[in-house]
Order: sequence, then C-alpha cells, then structure tokens
Amino acid sequence: MKKLFYVVILLALLLTACKPTPVATDAPVATDAPPVTEPTVKQLTILWAEWDPANYLQEIGNLYEKETGIKVNVVQEPWGSFYDLMASQWAAKSDTYDMVVGDSQWTGQGATQGHYVNLTDFMKSNGIDQTVTEATLKYYGEYPVGSGTYWAYPTEGDAVGWAYRKDLFEDPAEMDAFKAKYGYELATPETWAELRDIAEFFTRPDNPKNGVKYGVGVYTQKDYDGMIMGYENVMFSWGADWFDPETFEVEGVVNSDKAVEALTFYRELYKFAPPGTSNAFYAEMNDAFISGQAAMIMNYFAFFPSLANPGVNPFAENTGFFAGPKGPDGQAFVALGGQGLSVLAYTSPERQQASMEFIKWFSQERIQKEWAKVGGYTCNKAVLASDEFLQNTPYNQAFSDSMQMVKDFWNIPVFGQMLEPVNRILHPYIVDGQGDPKALLDQLAVEQRQILVDNGILK
Amino acid sequence: MANILSSGKIGKKHLSERGLVNLFIWPTLILLILVNIFPLFYSIFLSFNNYSVIGNKLPIWVGFQNFKDLLTNEQVWNYFAITGRYALLSVVLQTVLGFGLAMLIREKFKGSGIITTLILIPMMLSPVVVGLFWKLMFNPGYGIFNYLISWLGIPLTTDWLAKGDLALWAIVLVDVWMWTPFVMLLVLSGLSAIPEYLYEAAAIDRASSWFQFWHITLPQVAPLVLIAVLFRSIEAFKSFDLAMGLTGGGPGAATRLISIDIYTRAFLGQFKTGQASALAVIVLVVIIAISNLYITALNKAKES
Repeated sequence: MKKLFYVVILLALLLTACKPTPVATDAPVATDAPPVTEPTVKQLTILWAEWDPANYLQEIGNLYEKETGIKVNVVQEPWGSFYDLMASQWAAKSDTYDMVVGDSQWTGQGATQGHYVNLTDFMKSNGIDQTVTEATLKYYGEYPVGSGTYWAYPTEGDAVGWAYRKDLFEDPAEMDAFKAKYGYELATPETWAELRDIAEFFTRPDNPKNGVKYGVGVYTQKDYDGMIMGYENVMFSWGADWFDPETFEVEGVVNSDKAVEALTFYRELYKFAPPGTSNAFYAEMNDAFISGQAAMIMNYFAFFPSLANPGVNPFAENTGFFAGPKGPDGQAFVALGGQGLSVLAYTSPERQQASMEFIKWFSQERIQKEWAKVGGYTCNKAVLASDEFLQNTPYNQAFSDSMQMVKDFWNIPVFGQMLEPVNRILHPYIVDGQGDPKALLDQLAVEQRQILVDNGILK
Repeated sequence: MANILSSGKIGKKHLSERGLVNLFIWPTLILLILVNIFPLFYSIFLSFNNYSVIGNKLPIWVGFQNFKDLLTNEQVWNYFAITGRYALLSVVLQTVLGFGLAMLIREKFKGSGIITTLILIPMMLSPVVVGLFWKLMFNPGYGIFNYLISWLGIPLTTDWLAKGDLALWAIVLVDVWMWTPFVMLLVLSGLSAIPEYLYEAAAIDRASSWFQFWHITLPQVAPLVLIAVLFRSIEAFKSFDLAMGLTGGGPGAATRLISIDIYTRAFLGQFKTGQASALAVIVLVVIIAISNLYITALNKAKES
C-alpha cells in the first residue's frame, strides 16, 4: 500500500512536469505592443550586467522617477552569471524583470522563442528607429537582420577599441629606435601590421621600458565569446567572415584563405602578450594595463572609464585610445559589443506599456545627452555627432570612429552552439600553437555547418 | 495518572506514536521528493526528449536518440577519457600521500595537534576559491609556483594552464593538495583503532617492521582506505568547480571533464537540456557502477 502511495506521488510529480506549456514557433513571435492604458505601474525593474554603465542607467532611472514618479530599479548581475540568470527567467516565464539590457546575440532567442515583446510598431510610430545609427539598430534591435522588425532599443553602444601607453609611444629614444628598426615613425597604428610591429618592439621581458615588458594584450577567453570577440577584429579586417550573410553558408567562408591568414596573425600577436593571459577577457586586459605589463591592450570601450581614472590606473595621465586598425586590403572592422533594451514578454500588459513609455522617454535627445554625460555610450545619431560628446572623454573620439566600423557575429538562436567549436578548436592554436591553422578552420567549417544543417538553417 | 491517560479524553489531545513519527518523517520525505527524487526522475524523462529549457516548446520524445548521439560522439568519449585520467591520477596520488602522511603523524609528538589541523585546512576551503588562488600562483608572470619549482629546471615562463599536456597535471596537483588531508584523516582514524596488542605480539615473534605493516597495519586500515578511495573517486568523477575555476576546461578542450561538458551543453548559450540530461544520466550510471565495484571490494576486505 505504502509503495503504491509513493509511486502515485512520483507519477503525479512527473505528470506535473509534463504539463503542456505554450508552444512557440521558430518564426518571431508576434507579441505586439499591448493597447495603451492608464499608467498604474509605480516601479519598473531592469536587469543588466554588473558594470559601470548599469550604474549610469540607474542615474537616468532616478531622473525618470523625478519627472514621472515611476521608480526605476536597475538590478545588476555579475557578467559571469548574467546570461544564465536571464535564461532561467525566460525558462520560468518570470515577471520579476520588466526589461533587460541584453546582448545582441540574444536577440534571435528573444524573438523566436517569445521572450521579447515586438517593438516594431512602437519604435516606428514614435520615430525612435530614426534617432539611432543604422548599425546599432541593425545589430542591437533587429531580427532577422534586414527584416525591419525590432526587438530592442539600442541603449549601450560598444565596440572593441585600444588603449596604449603614450609615455612609451612619445618617448624620443623609443621613437628613434623604432624608426631605425622598422623604417617608419612610431605612432598609433594605422594597420594591423603596424600594431604587430609595435607589439613586438615593446616586448622586452628582460629589458623593460618604464616597467612594461610586453607589447599587447589580446582576448583569449574560451568559455563564451571572449576569444571570438578578439579574433574577429582581425578576421573581419582581413576580409573574412563567420558565414555568408545571404546564405548562412560557412564552408569556404570561415575557412577561407583570408581567415587562415587572420588566424595565423592573431596567434602571432599572442606571442607578444603577457604570460598568463591564456584565458583572458576584459578584466584581465585592464589588469594587464593597469599593472604596467602591456604597452597596448584591446578592450570594450565600456571598460575604458577606469583606465582614464587616475584613482584606478596609475598611468591614466599617459593613457591614449585609438580605434581598430586596417587589414592588409585597407578594410577596418571592429567587433561589436553593447546591448539593446528589450521589454520582456512575461509581464502584464500594463507593465509592458509602462516599459515602452520609459523607452520613449529615454530615447529623447535631451535624455540621450544626459545618458552620454553620465558615462553611457549613446547610440543616438545627433548626440554621437556633437562636439560636446566627442570631447567629453579621452576615448569618445575613438569610440565614435569605431562605431562606424562595427560588425557582429551570429545572433541566431543557435549562436551558443556555434561558439563552442570555435573555442574548442581555435583556442589551443592561439595560445599554444597546437595544430595547423588551415586544418583547424576546415574542421571548424565542417562542425559549424553540421550545426546549421541540424537546426534547419542550412540544407 | 495512567487512568487519566488511558481514559481517552486527555489521550486524544496527544499525538499517537505513529502520528509523531509521521510528523517527523513526512516533511523530510516531501523535501527529499521535491529536491532530489523529482529532479532525478524529471531529468531522466528529459533525457529521452529533444528539449531546450528556454525554447518555449514542449519536450519532443526522441527515445534513445540523445544517448545514441552522445555515445557515438568521439568528443564525449574523449571527455570521459580525460575525466578517467584525472580521477585515476588524483585518487592514486591522494591515497599514497594521505596514507604516508597518516603514518608520519600517527605517533603523538609536541605540536602534532597543530600540525594535523594545518594539514587539514586545504580541504576546508571552497574549491572555486582554491582554483582561483592557484590560477594566480600558476601565472608565469607573477605567480610563485614556477619560482618554487625552478630548481627542477622548469622554465619560469612555463604557462601551466595554457599547455594541453600540462593543464591536466596542474588540476591534479591542486586536487591532490586539497584532498590528500581527507584521505589522511580517514586513514588516521583507522590506524588509531588498531589494537596495540597485535603489534606487541608481532614484536615478541620478532616480526620485522615491514611484516607488521603488511600483515597488521594494511589489512586493518584497508576498509577505511577503500572508503576514502570510494568517496574520492566519486568526487573526482563528478568534479567541476576546481577545473572550471582553474582552466575552464581549456586550453581548447584539453581539461574538459565530463561535468564541464554537461554544463557546456546545458548552459553557455547552448541550452541543449535534453542532451545534457542524457549525459548526466550516463555519468550517474558510471558512478553507480564504480561505486558497486568499490563496495564489493570493501565487503570482501571486511570479510577477510
């Protein structure tokens, strides 16, 4: 009898687990904006990663509360668990958060799996789509690319840029020595080849200049998208790509001759990086620079405020910034960072409406000016072009230049599966020279093609 | 008094013995069912389905397809091999060193209490914290590890965590540092339980130290050593946090233990929940099989 009772309990639990949930199709889910109602919402909650821009957004939220009486609470989650937290909220269809400032690559999942509210009509009818730059709207807001369907308001523009030690670059003795060795002036690099020369020049572990032993810091982290964000700066600038944007074909694209050259070059750059940066991302890059180990580092612009802060970076006075250099054919692309603000589909229509009211307010030029003033990287066209913005910080000019050259990787729902083979196959080559670059990229093309075929994206 | 209790009126206000038992057992049982039993059965159910937890779609029954895909995947076998190598190296080294340490501090001496406590500290730390600290110590730029072993002729610039052939050894080393005290503790308790008269009798018979060790110490301690090996093997086979903190499974997938592979499939943008559940079930079966082997050996050791 007892055994029967336990079996009944277990069966009941299993049946509960199998209870049907709403079915979504692969096509973007039409969760259009709800009808306008009287605002009854007194508080909005936004989820974002734990970093300075989230503090800036909280300041903007405080301004919104002053103007409207609606409190805005920006909840910050450490980067390492940000995506997992969001995914668990999606899985639970939780209404804890009204909005999320999510990564660009999430857009496919948010759109096709019904997690995000479709903002197309809202953004078009309010002219919001016209206020931001085309690239940011395309990469942060649109899915599928080119469809004119928007799922996020481009909020924090970002790209991979460069920080360098001006005291080294402008040292007369170093300039003479560099010119004698390479035959041209030492200056911020215009091309990747120049960047490589400079990295090599300042790599002197046994004879450091001003304590700097290594030439360059580059992304190598293999857990998620870190190494990929570093390598693709080179790959895009070499004229290679992850896939054919028209057909999604990877064979002959991700393993093209140009991609092989780019991968070989990225491996070459790592040889001039501080030892121990074999699994390094944004935090390790800033650490390498602040600790005086590297003459140059790549990093997202969002992490540059601390490098310009003398309280954090002892070399702040001697720190300069530049945008990504050109490839061998003169093309220059930089990896896109940054995020868009999306309304989550699991809150009530009233809360969704209140969230859109916030976005409408936030997208105004006067608020975007304020957003830029407190430290946010606006995507607003007019603010980006203003002298006030360009002179606001030592890195805003480089940021503005970079945002003209941004390019992103996959934002399809299976982006996570596409990341895995890249990390597994390319990481040992980049940090330890294991394998032949052509063979590795061929293997990558085969595996990524299979993922796309298995998921119905390629035939 | 006995009359009052047995009269019924007052007795009804008290819980019967059976009721009291139920009151204590059921909350625990319900918690166990909700937190352990249900997730176990649900993940077994999901392992037979094509399902993504964030996909907003019902699980699709695919039978044994997930198991077939996993067991015919060379990479998965490679991750099992890496896990096996890691578990074998770690457990063997921990057992040998733990046994040795226990023999050394078996006899009481001045300060032996403090020394024993100090030796036990590593196993009291969080594996993630240990991983992150050792990551700093392995750093070829400023870490102390290369400096300490430089007398072996190993270059100071050796990047242990970036080289496929060294990274697994680095994790084994840290695991041994952390868990050898656990083996030592169990062996020590076994040693202290050996009756002194056995050694006295052996001494009277002029038995050598080696004879005493082989015929008295080892057989007496064997059950506890086997328990230590059982615990450590299970732990090593499902180890996750230490390797994740040190290498994240890298370089490439050189130290991707099977639990890290489950995590990679279940999260990190992939969310292949059905497949990850199937792999977890396979690991569970392997661990149960290994445990049964040890338990059989343990029973034999007890009988002898």
